[in-house]
Amino acid sequence: MEAPVERAPSKPVNSLSPVGDWTIKIIFFIYSALCIFPILLLVMVSLSNESDVIVHGYKFIPTKIDLSAYKFVFSDWESIARAYGVSAFVTVVGTALSLIVMALYAYPISRPDFPQRKFFTFFVFFTMLFNGGLVPWYLIYVRFLHLKDSIWSLILPLVMSAFFVLIIRTFFSTTIPAAIIESAKIDGAGEMRIFFRIVLPLSTPVLATVALFSTLNYWNDWFLSLVFITTEKNYSLQYVMYKTLTNIQYLTQHSDAIAHIGGATKFPSETVRMAMAVVGIGPIIFAYPFFQKYFVKGLTVGAVKG
Amino acid sequence: MAIRSNLRKYGMFYLMMLPGFLILLVNNYLPMAGIVIAFKSMTYQHSNILLNFVDSEWVGLENFKYLFKTSDAWIITRNTLLYNSLFIVLNLIIPVIFAIMLNELRSKFLARFHQSIIFLPYILSWIVVSYLVYGLLHDKNGFVNTTILPAFGVDPVQWYFKVEAWPYIMPLVNTVKNVGYYMVIYMAAIIGIDDEYYEAATIDGANKWQQIMKITIPLLIPVMIIMTLLQIGRIFYADFGLFYQVPKESGPLFPVTNVIDTYVYRTFIAMGDSGLSSAAGLYQSTVGFILVFLSNWFVRRIDKDSALF
Repeated sequence: MEAPVERAPSKPVNSLSPVGDWTIKIIFFIYSALCIFPILLLVMVSLSNESDVIVHGYKFIPTKIDLSAYKFVFSDWESIARAYGVSAFVTVVGTALSLIVMALYAYPISRPDFPQRKFFTFFVFFTMLFNGGLVPWYLIYVRFLHLKDSIWSLILPLVMSAFFVLIIRTFFSTTIPAAIIESAKIDGAGEMRIFFRIVLPLSTPVLATVALFSTLNYWNDWFLSLVFITTEKNYSLQYVMYKTLTNIQYLTQHSDAIAHIGGATKFPSETVRMAMAVVGIGPIIFAYPFFQKYFVKGLTVGAVKG
Repeated sequence: MAIRSNLRKYGMFYLMMLPGFLILLVNNYLPMAGIVIAFKSMTYQHSNILLNFVDSEWVGLENFKYLFKTSDAWIITRNTLLYNSLFIVLNLIIPVIFAIMLNELRSKFLARFHQSIIFLPYILSWIVVSYLVYGLLHDKNGFVNTTILPAFGVDPVQWYFKVEAWPYIMPLVNTVKNVGYYMVIYMAAIIGIDDEYYEAATIDGANKWQQIMKITIPLLIPVMIIMTLLQIGRIFYADFGLFYQVPKESGPLFPVTNVIDTYVYRTFIAMGDSGLSSAAGLYQSTVGFILVFLSNWFVRRIDKDSALF
C-alpha cells in the first residue's frame, strides 16, 4: 500500500497534478486573504489607540491594544441598543409578515383548477418588469399612506417580492402532489385548512430559503431609512453605521457620552468610527458560518422557475 | 351567475391573496399610475397627494426637455451603461474561472473554506462595504496611503477626489462583492455535469486543459448565456448602494460615479425637484422595460425554460 491519502478522490486518475493543485491553492489563499483583510483591518483599527492612528494611520497591527473606542461606543449604549432593537424588530416582523403574505398569495396561483390564476400571476410578475420610479413611490408612502418616519415604512416595501412569490408558487405546484390536496378536499377540509395543515408543512425547504434571504434583505436595508426616517428613535443599525461614516459628529451629539470622556477634544473619532462598524458587522459575521450552506443551497433553488 | 359561483367556489382563494394584492397595489401599481407626474409641474400645498395632483398644472414634455438639455442626462446614461456592461463581462469571466478552479481543488475541505470566504462579501450590506473601502482609501489614514504606496515610494493619493481612479475602483468593488454569488451558480452547474464525459475523455488521453476547454466550458455555455442575458435586461438599472455608498457622495467624483439611480435620488430628495426626477425615473423605467423584453426574447429563443416569461 502507498502512503495514506488525505481523502479518497472520486476520480484519482483524473485529479489535478500536484503542481496545478498547488497553483490553485495559492491563488485562492491570496484571494481569500485579500477578502478578509479589510474586515480584519477594521477590527484592528477599532482596537488601536487614537493617537497612534493619528500619527501612523490605519495599521494592521496595533502598537498596543486600547479599548477606549469601545468604552466610548458603549457609554452611549442606549442608542446602540435601540438601533439593534429597530433592526431586530424590522427583520423579525418583516420576515414573518413577508413569508406568510407571499405564501398565501402563491398558493392559489399554484392551483391549476383556479380559473383566475393567470391574471393574478401576471399581476405579481409585471412588477418585475416595470415600476413607477422613486418619486411617485415616495409620494404614495409619504402623502397617501402617511408613513414618513414610521417603522412600517421600513417593513411594507419589502413584504412582497415578485421573484420569491414565483419561486414559492413553482415549489407548490411541482412538489405538492395534487392527489393529497384532492383527498383532503374529499375529507371535507377547507382551503385554509389544506394550506396550513398540508401545503405549508410540506414546503419547509423553500420557505426556509425565502425566509433566510428575506432576513438578509431586512437586516441589510438602509435605503428605506435613508428615504423615510427622520427621527433618531427609528434609526436602524445600518443607518446608524451610515450616519457615523458620513459624519462622525453624529456620535458627538450625545453630550453625556462626550462629557463622560472629558470633552469633545478627547473624542477618539477614528477608532470610534471603526468600533461602531465592528459592533454593526458583528452579528452577520458570527451568524454566517451557521447559515452559509443554506445561502448556497438557496441560490440553486432560485434557479427553479416555471 | 358565473361570478357568484366563482366566488362561492374560490372565495377563500381571493381572501388569501388579498393582503399580497393590496400591498402590490399600493407599493407597485399606484406608483405606476403616478408616472404621469413626470408631465406635471407638481406643487405640494395639501398633505394628500391626490389633491396636489389635481391642483398641479400639466406641462407636457417640459420636464423631459429640461432633463435632456443638461449634460447630466448623457453622463448618467453613459455611466450606467458602461459600468453595467463592464460588470456583466467581469461577472461572467471571473466567476467561471473561479468555479472551475475551485472544483478542481483536491481538498474538498479547502474548496468549501474558500467558497465561504468568497461568498461572504455578497451578504454584507453596502454600508459595511463602504466602511471597508474607506479603511483602505481614506486619504490621511487609509491603509493604501499609509502602508502600500510608501512601500513602493509613491506619494499618497487623495482617492475620494481622484476622478481617474474610480472607473477601476467601482468594477473592482462590484466584482469582489458579487463574484461569490455567480461562482456558486456556476459551481452548481459544473457539479451537474455527468462524470462519464470526463471518464471517456481520460481514456482517450485528454489532459485537464483539454477537458476544461472541450467539456466543461461548452456545457456551461447555456448557463452563462442565461445569467448574462438576465443582467442585460437590468442594464439600465444601476446598483444604488454601490454608486451611492462606496464613493461617499464625493462631489468631484460625480462625473464618473453618478448613475441614473443616484441622479433620480439626488434631484428628488436632496434638491426637491420632483418634476426633473420623475422624468429621469420614467426614462429609466421605459428604456429598462424595452430592454427586459428584448433580452427575454433572446432567452426564449435559446432556452424556453429559462425565460422570465
